[in-house]
Amino acid sequence: MKTICFYFQIHQPFRLKRYRFFDIGNDHYYYDDFQNEEIMHRIAERCYLPANRAILEMIKTSGGKFKVAFSVSGTALEQIEVYAPEVIDSFRELYATGNVEFMAETYAHSLSSLGDPEEFKDQVKRHADKIYSMFGAKPKVFRNTELIYSDDIADQVYQLGYKGMLTEGAKHILGWKSPNYVYTASTEPQLKLLLKNDRFSEDLSMRFNNYTWSEYPLTADKFMSWIASTPESEQIINLFMNYEVLGSLQPAESGIFDFFKALPRFAAEKGISFSTPSEVFKLLKPVDAISVPYPMSWVDEEKDTGSWIGNILQQEAFRKINDIGERVRMVEDRRIRQDWNYLQSSDHFYYMNTRHPGGGFSPYDNPYDAFNNYMNVLSDFILRVNAQFPETIDNEELNSLLTTIRNQGEEIEELHKEIAKLKKKIAKTKA
Amino acid sequence: MKALMFGWEFPPHILGGLGTASYGLTRGMAMQPDMELVFCIPKPWGDEDQSFLKIIGMNHVPVVWRDADWEYVKQRYGKVNMNPQNYFDFRDRIYADFSYRYVNDLGCFEFSGRYPDNLLEEINNYSIVAGVVARTESFDVIHAHDWLTYPAGIHAKNVSGKPLVIHVHATDYDRSRGNVNPDVYNIEKNGMDNADHIITVSNLTRQTVIEKYYQDPAKVTTVHNAVEPLSPEILAIPDKKGVKDKIITFLGRITMQKGPEYFVEAAAKVLAKAPHARFVMAGSGDMMDKMIRLAAARNIADRFHFTGFMKGKQVYEILKSSDVYVMPSVSEPFGISPLEAMQCGVPSIISKQSGCAEILDYAVKVDYWDIEAMADAMYSIITYPAMHAFLQEEGKKEVDNIKWEYAGQKVRRIYDQVINR
Repeated sequence: MKTICFYFQIHQPFRLKRYRFFDIGNDHYYYDDFQNEEIMHRIAERCYLPANRAILEMIKTSGGKFKVAFSVSGTALEQIEVYAPEVIDSFRELYATGNVEFMAETYAHSLSSLGDPEEFKDQVKRHADKIYSMFGAKPKVFRNTELIYSDDIADQVYQLGYKGMLTEGAKHILGWKSPNYVYTASTEPQLKLLLKNDRFSEDLSMRFNNYTWSEYPLTADKFMSWIASTPESEQIINLFMNYEVLGSLQPAESGIFDFFKALPRFAAEKGISFSTPSEVFKLLKPVDAISVPYPMSWVDEEKDTGSWIGNILQQEAFRKINDIGERVRMVEDRRIRQDWNYLQSSDHFYYMNTRHPGGGFSPYDNPYDAFNNYMNVLSDFILRVNAQFPETIDNEELNSLLTTIRNQGEEIEELHKEIAKLKKKIAKTKA
Repeated sequence: MKALMFGWEFPPHILGGLGTASYGLTRGMAMQPDMELVFCIPKPWGDEDQSFLKIIGMNHVPVVWRDADWEYVKQRYGKVNMNPQNYFDFRDRIYADFSYRYVNDLGCFEFSGRYPDNLLEEINNYSIVAGVVARTESFDVIHAHDWLTYPAGIHAKNVSGKPLVIHVHATDYDRSRGNVNPDVYNIEKNGMDNADHIITVSNLTRQTVIEKYYQDPAKVTTVHNAVEPLSPEILAIPDKKGVKDKIITFLGRITMQKGPEYFVEAAAKVLAKAPHARFVMAGSGDMMDKMIRLAAARNIADRFHFTGFMKGKQVYEILKSSDVYVMPSVSEPFGISPLEAMQCGVPSIISKQSGCAEILDYAVKVDYWDIEAMADAMYSIITYPAMHAFLQEEGKKEVDNIKWEYAGQKVRRIYDQVINR
């Protein structure tokens, strides 16, 4: 029997405001609140709310057969909390059905897995805490930013205690193999992998509303019969996409919601079930290991990381944030920690890409503009971090000094307690 | 003495140094009591300062006869502060039939007043209009600023028989690092050949004119540019920088002529020794993206900032917060901006290939290609307070003595010479 695994990515970055050279050192607020609020309102209205309603309805009408997984970044959650809190309630309602799984990722939807292992660990933990505090869910399956994956990242993820991970079924990795099986990482045989089925996923995310596509219009019936006609032994179809496919990338007028609502009925007719990633890992055994020496992702024809750290602007910006990371982690100032999170979102790097003329969905006129603005903000941020501790002390020394101070603080506290105890004793004996 | 001047830019709406120099020079000349100036520009905006000269907007001079009503002309001319009577005077002196060309309801050409793609056409139109102006106005000498107006100057000379003085603010050799545009070269050469006297803004430009345009050295004279004293409101602009670091600034168009890449390379060298310096590249231009990439490739992008195009007061805001000003121009006929920086009390480093190097003693001069020397100079100014204080004080004294009044007197002597010949 075949099963479909739906997974949706939900992410919004904190977009930066126009930050000029003269703002460096003068202004420590970096975000374009107006734009962020406007975008969040729009997406919540068009996508998150109607899509959540649709999925809830599907779960109910299918008698609990329909299942999905979500990965919501920390920065998206924060903005939802502030600008569209009703979305949180609808996610809670979905989670309460038991048919929804939340996945782990980096808090800021960051690229830390590619440059800063310490930060990566930190962010994954922070994200898991956030998900737990919001929904009471403990994520068991990991999903990296934009499905970025390599053997190296597999190691890091496994060491964090995750037994399963989602990634892209890139052709240059798979070759003749099919993505419709469970695999394991070649470096960590215990880490199971689900690979995105490119064709079926992109039928929905890219081609659904394309009038010139030979299969237009796509119906739920047709789509399910395609899936049913895959070879008998291929049991798992992974449909991974951005949640914005529902209502934003494919507008409601395209019929995307009705298409989705019809899916469970036709799936049942063909004997196809739905599963969450954790269930798939329990259900199916891995057939082989795959080896990915160089990082891959789910974007572009190349399925690589070139859209974020491909050109020298991106590499320079990425190098700078990785250089400062160690010091930031010693800082306890809450605003610095918060800005640090927001500045790491992969989107800031995507805006600097020179692959897509016109910038894709970038708020900037061109990649150079994006780079200048980001670097100005980063310069101010670096100044603030360096103002915390004298720059002449190197990180290692600083770390040991901070530990000493902390230990002494604890020791002093204990001694104080003891004094208090002894004083009481004296008072008692006197009495 | 009355001079008819042809120019392309006039403050406050300027695009480059030409406008500033035109303004300063005319102002300096107007200090002579018997000097009367008429200044032609393609497109006046109406807010030009006409207290010391008369401005003629070439887009308000008819070249095709139209039946216009006094009130209507008055309203149109009022917007640019011109006398409506002039329109009818001009109209009486249209000398040929230009009705095959595109003109507006007053029979005038439209001008962009900038440097558009059809620049050669605008230059041609400008010289057609100049024929009407030269037939209408009375004057003793013609003075044409920069190559755009040379054809107009020649035309006016042919019409009136008055001597022509051309003012070379730049040559195409400066703008192109040697790869001259033959059309531009032709216009320039023709202007020089027909001129009775040539004024250059520096000896460097004078050499170019003599060697590359084959002019008789006897008819080429250098009159260095000067600077207007800063207004009190500009002097009162506070230093708004939010960082404690020393700031080293490049300000100007980011083009091949200005040598921006040498500035970036020198910055990388300085940052290796003085990690707390910050660099600002203010301005825009066709090499900006390339410079952003270069700064990123040198791994200094967190200390190297691009501001984009700056205008008016913003320029002074940048200067006021700078500790060093650098102009590494590969070829600069004059270069007025280091003088402005020094007026603001900012020590300057300039390339030996800049015209202003000829008259400045208290600025550091290096070859534009010598990034070691440039880095060295930057480093010492930001590191040794004595060096900074010395250049700041002496430099300010020096530029305060470079006055347009003196430049105006030199130009006057040239006028006298060509008229009495």
